[in-house]
Amino acid sequence: MDDQLKNEEHTGTSRRSFLKKSSLITALALTPDPVLKAAEKGVDEQIASAIETMPLNVMINGVKQSVRIEPRVTLLDLLRERLHLTGTKKGCDHGQCGACTVHVDGERVNSCLTLALTTEGREVTTIEGLADGDNLHPMQEAFLEHDGFQCGYCTPGQIMSAVCCIREGHASTPEEVREYMSGNICRCGAYSNIVDAIMDVKQGGKKV
Amino acid sequence: MGIDKKSEPLNRVDGRAKVTGKAKYFAEFEVPGVTFCVMVTSAITRGTVATINTKTAERAPGVLAVFTHLNMPAIPGWAEQGNNSKLPSGGEKYRMLGSNKILFNGQPIALVIADTLERAQHAASLVTATYNKAAHNTDLLKNKEKAAMPPRLGDYSRGTDKDAHNTAPVKLKADYTVPVEVHNPMELAGILAFWEGDDKLTVYAKTQGVKSTQRTLASAFKIDEKNVQVHSEFVGGGFGMGLRTWPQEVAVAAAALKLKKPVKLVMTREQMFTLVGYRPYTIQHISMGATQDGQLTGIYHEATAETASYDDFTEGAVSMTRFMYACPNVTTKYRIVPLDRGVPIWMRGPGEATGAFALESAIDEMAYKVNMDPLQFRLKNFAETDPERNKPFSSNNLKEAYQLGSEKIGWAKRNPAPASMKDGEWLVGYGMSTGVFGAHRGESTCRAQLNTDGTLVLQSATSDIGPGTSTAMVQIAHEVTGLPIEKIRFELGNAAFPPSGSQGGSATVSSVGSAVYDVCTALKGILTEAGLTFDNGAVKPAAGKSDSLQDVLSKQNKTFFEVTKSSKGGEEQGKYSMYSFSIHFAEVRVHPGTGVVRVKRVVTVADSGRIVSPKTAASQMIGGVTGGIGMALTEEGVIDHRFGRFVNNNLADYHVPVSADVPHIETIFIDKPDPYTNPMGSKGMGEIALIGFSAAVANAVYHATGKRIRELPITPDKVLSA
Repeated sequence: MDDQLKNEEHTGTSRRSFLKKSSLITALALTPDPVLKAAEKGVDEQIASAIETMPLNVMINGVKQSVRIEPRVTLLDLLRERLHLTGTKKGCDHGQCGACTVHVDGERVNSCLTLALTTEGREVTTIEGLADGDNLHPMQEAFLEHDGFQCGYCTPGQIMSAVCCIREGHASTPEEVREYMSGNICRCGAYSNIVDAIMDVKQGGKKV
Repeated sequence: MGIDKKSEPLNRVDGRAKVTGKAKYFAEFEVPGVTFCVMVTSAITRGTVATINTKTAERAPGVLAVFTHLNMPAIPGWAEQGNNSKLPSGGEKYRMLGSNKILFNGQPIALVIADTLERAQHAASLVTATYNKAAHNTDLLKNKEKAAMPPRLGDYSRGTDKDAHNTAPVKLKADYTVPVEVHNPMELAGILAFWEGDDKLTVYAKTQGVKSTQRTLASAFKIDEKNVQVHSEFVGGGFGMGLRTWPQEVAVAAAALKLKKPVKLVMTREQMFTLVGYRPYTIQHISMGATQDGQLTGIYHEATAETASYDDFTEGAVSMTRFMYACPNVTTKYRIVPLDRGVPIWMRGPGEATGAFALESAIDEMAYKVNMDPLQFRLKNFAETDPERNKPFSSNNLKEAYQLGSEKIGWAKRNPAPASMKDGEWLVGYGMSTGVFGAHRGESTCRAQLNTDGTLVLQSATSDIGPGTSTAMVQIAHEVTGLPIEKIRFELGNAAFPPSGSQGGSATVSSVGSAVYDVCTALKGILTEAGLTFDNGAVKPAAGKSDSLQDVLSKQNKTFFEVTKSSKGGEEQGKYSMYSFSIHFAEVRVHPGTGVVRVKRVVTVADSGRIVSPKTAASQMIGGVTGGIGMALTEEGVIDHRFGRFVNNNLADYHVPVSADVPHIETIFIDKPDPYTNPMGSKGMGEIALIGFSAAVANAVYHATGKRIRELPITPDKVLSA
């Protein structure tokens, strides 16, 4: 870890030094004043950020998103901080709580453990894309009806997970639902109602 | 006066926003030019920062600033240094980044602010520090000799025979332990702050008290309260951790002022274990005496809990023992031990959840000693009036609650002998307990606005951390005015609204609900004066009048009627002892080979006055029991005292209950209005849902196995080695 940090530090310093030096060389050769001012204003940073980012094309909730991002950006932070799709929640950043659950090509994943660039060319569905316009998805309706939440923070992740729980064929009994929904923590403790909601949707037979 | 009918179950009025992802929590507001703050925290537990190298971090791409104790902007309200004279140890005050002193592990030593989250995270990893380590103390058990009387909680004693617990024919002496528990709401804590000029601050906060956050920030920056705007409409759980505006939140506001940019801090899960409080590690000794026929003669209950070296956190761990049972001689003591730890904070069922584990376990133990059914033993020692204050209870339906709960779980059908029941290879056990919490009511203010279109908007600066405050308030307004639910909107989480207290101590419905009740009643009066009336779900001309609401408003050149009412309790608060009660019944399975305990079935009964919002109230009870399952079986913040650090500060290793841990939970409400608490006849519910539950599980484990586990959580190793 330490070595890795040193390397990153080293790389960072070199890149900036290089940019500064090249600015300086150019500046000496040409007109020093405006170029140095540009460096002060962080033009080198802008150049650097252009080099450090990569293109990403991904369908999110049926809309094609084309963005440039750093490879280290997670799908969760892409959604929340850049695309302002804040329905997907951050609860741990370690894949331990499930609050960030979204669908990638129809399968539930923890978006905090998914580097955004790995979704190139894939389809992502978040809680914002689950309803059909103003018509709620049956799982959203069931959560409302069974009061499957309190504070609501884990709810988008629970709902996205619950939809896949049924799609995967893991909702035959309440016991099975409990097992296959245990990756989604609800600290308010709405599990009892969440299980009821999922069983209700399963037994209702509507397509999820 | 009052609402006499039962309320209908109602879906949450803000439920749609929550299931569609439209509900916005503090970190989700789009503020142009927002910058990201990441904290670097101390690797030692006590000592000083010798050197701190921020150069590399400062040069990293996108970094705007790195603040340490060497360059942290001054926070005027923090200028006063010195010691905390209230604390028995006289410990030094904690001023984040105010000096190089380290008072606890995980204390922030630097704030790194950059233009993107990833850049701030990376730059934070580049900050290095060296320390001068000092010896630290984080272990309560090794520092018991430092236990001191807290400044705010005296000893209690009643009765003429202080030694009755020692001299009774039947005696019980036992020690009980509740470990560190961490609130861990799903939403990570933090703040988003920005300034206009140098005297107008706006924050999006994760707080249980928008007004208290406003006051804290105003006093920290010595600016007018009106110049601090706090938004906190949706809060992703609190359980007590949001009852304080934490130093790092104030520090972020200071950084935003210095940088003249919006700054957002979202803490890590790891930091949630050290910087936003916890339920303190508490050891309790109970000595109890009874006659052979099961009459309590004396109880001695002493609790010793940890606090920070710099703050005197105290909670009512021994309060329940003082009044719960008709026992002539009772002595309680609470002691605190200052340690090199961050400060605790109230956690759901504060104090009582800790105390009830000990008291309700001890009651069960004593019942077995005198050969009585634990339920009969409780009834035999039932307190008809409050023996601590010598006052009648405002209402107390515990006997009915005992009966309803025991019938539902099938208490009488069990074989009461320990280790007598089996289901396949699993041992079966039944346990019960009582929970209690004060039915508090604070002062609260609400504004009502009745618009031309007949919609009613209510506003109060309260919070909703999850119980469904808006839903309950809309329900009260609906019951007073008769207006349909969809025509009423309750707005909260905005410090500019009329003041209310913090959402804590299960007092919101009682306090804010009373203001809603009063303001809607006042609105009725205004309509009467104007020749109007609420009639069958709409505003109509009063008998003999013809002008509609629109006509009247238009003639008065208004677009709405408005009225603001403040509400608080009266002299009834001194006349009666006001408590909310819960009874928990748990059926467990214990595996004799592995020691695993599973909660198989739960019946929980709330005697909490009239139920204002039955659907959300049921969820609150279910949620409390779920938290109680965690407290009973899995939750424990483990510190490696050699280093003073947590070893399980994440959700993989600190085990909050998951779906597979929680059975179907049956809730029963007595649902009888309390005549004195408030106009709705309601009492609080959030705390009693959890208080006592851990004892019901421990008692059930005893019934299943004959083994008494007095140290939470009841993990398999303890069951096997007992």
